[in-house]
Amino acid sequence: MAVKHITTKEIARKVVTNEETTILDVRNTDEFDDWKIEGGSVHVINEPYFNLLDGIEDVEHKLDKDQEIIVVCAKGGSSQMVAEMFDEAGFTDVYSLEGGMKAWSEHLEPTKIADLNGGGSLYQFVRLGKGCLSYFIESDGEAAIVDANRMIDVYEKFAEEKGVTIKHTIDTHLHADHISGGRNLAEKAGGTYHLPEKDATEVTYEYSSLEEGNDITVGNTTVKVQPLYSPGHTIGSTSLIIDDQYLLTGDILFVESIGRPDLAGKAEDWVGDLRNTLYSRYKELSDDLIVLPAHFSFSSELGEGGQVSARLGELYEKNKGLQVEDEEKFRSMVTDNLPPQPNAYEEIRKTNMGKVTPDDEEQREMEIGPNRCAVHE
Amino acid sequence: MESTKVLDAKGLACPMPIVKTKKSIQELNSGDVLEVHATDKGAKSDIAAWVKSGGHELLQDTEEDGVLKFWIKKA
Repeated sequence: MAVKHITTKEIARKVVTNEETTILDVRNTDEFDDWKIEGGSVHVINEPYFNLLDGIEDVEHKLDKDQEIIVVCAKGGSSQMVAEMFDEAGFTDVYSLEGGMKAWSEHLEPTKIADLNGGGSLYQFVRLGKGCLSYFIESDGEAAIVDANRMIDVYEKFAEEKGVTIKHTIDTHLHADHISGGRNLAEKAGGTYHLPEKDATEVTYEYSSLEEGNDITVGNTTVKVQPLYSPGHTIGSTSLIIDDQYLLTGDILFVESIGRPDLAGKAEDWVGDLRNTLYSRYKELSDDLIVLPAHFSFSSELGEGGQVSARLGELYEKNKGLQVEDEEKFRSMVTDNLPPQPNAYEEIRKTNMGKVTPDDEEQREMEIGPNRCAVHE
Repeated sequence: MESTKVLDAKGLACPMPIVKTKKSIQELNSGDVLEVHATDKGAKSDIAAWVKSGGHELLQDTEEDGVLKFWIKKA
């Protein structure tokens, strides 16, 4: 019997619908520990493929012959080999993940957040494999996309399906964990790319400055996007309030954590801005705003249908990053608990500034691994 | 660096560089050095991890013009 294949889309479905899923990850243990498929009811076993070349005895006793097993590796080659070995050993429901973790890193799962005033809609695109969240606002034949990923064809296809034209692409800040698709999307669609000016001091291209007071309209003046200057993750970080109901916080505030201030090498300078934004600027806003961040770090942040969101008022009660009133304690929490930096973050920043243009394969490699834009205890 | 045998695994995708490295090592004697050339970037961490799990020794590894080279001393 031939080994069956499974796509990243099918795995994404399993994660967001909490389907019991068993994954055998055959990458080496360092890579596995760094980053793996998580969330929903996913159970993962790690056994590097090179330990299985002489046979699968070490791991087969952990699994039932008739259970569904999805074998995963970096790019899909080794998982195919291991899946074949399981198949030959009498396992009946074995799959190999097509394209491996590399493909998983790129998968985007769209989910509808809400209907907006005047017939518009707001969608969240969840990049499950990397924890990136981007947003698609459509109204009256027009669309704006916020914090778009590199895989722009996904948004283009979505816009086509909805019959809307991409008028605006917006980055809430200069990203350090993933390569922005905002500029490319705007160029191809003839739209405008918006970026905060303070994050754009070194960019090599034309853009429209994203700043407080300059509202962006999507559709026939129905949906209003209000920029709100909220520095801290970067000096230019700007949040967006959509339709007076939704607060897109970028990398400033997440559901279970807060942004890190150090990815441009200025933790000491920016920690004060971060504190001011979180403990003062955001506090002045309505508790009823729904926070929609640009990332999630934990699978526990994925809600129903894979959505990531929370009421601002609820975050002021529960998010640990918002409970530290003492300034010195806040400072040390943010600067003492910094996780390792995202893979290739300096090169990613340069790419997003337009200073370097790696080819597609290099861009893929640069983005491998978790996003690591948050600080948490 | 001196090597007993050179394995050309350039252009091969995972898992083949390791499969071939394992086979070549089996044909060598204890203390011999196998030199492996590969272009699959994943080989870098995988060969290091495999060498460790097999008790062999990675004497040196280099990367030049996209070609990864490894010198592995058989246990």
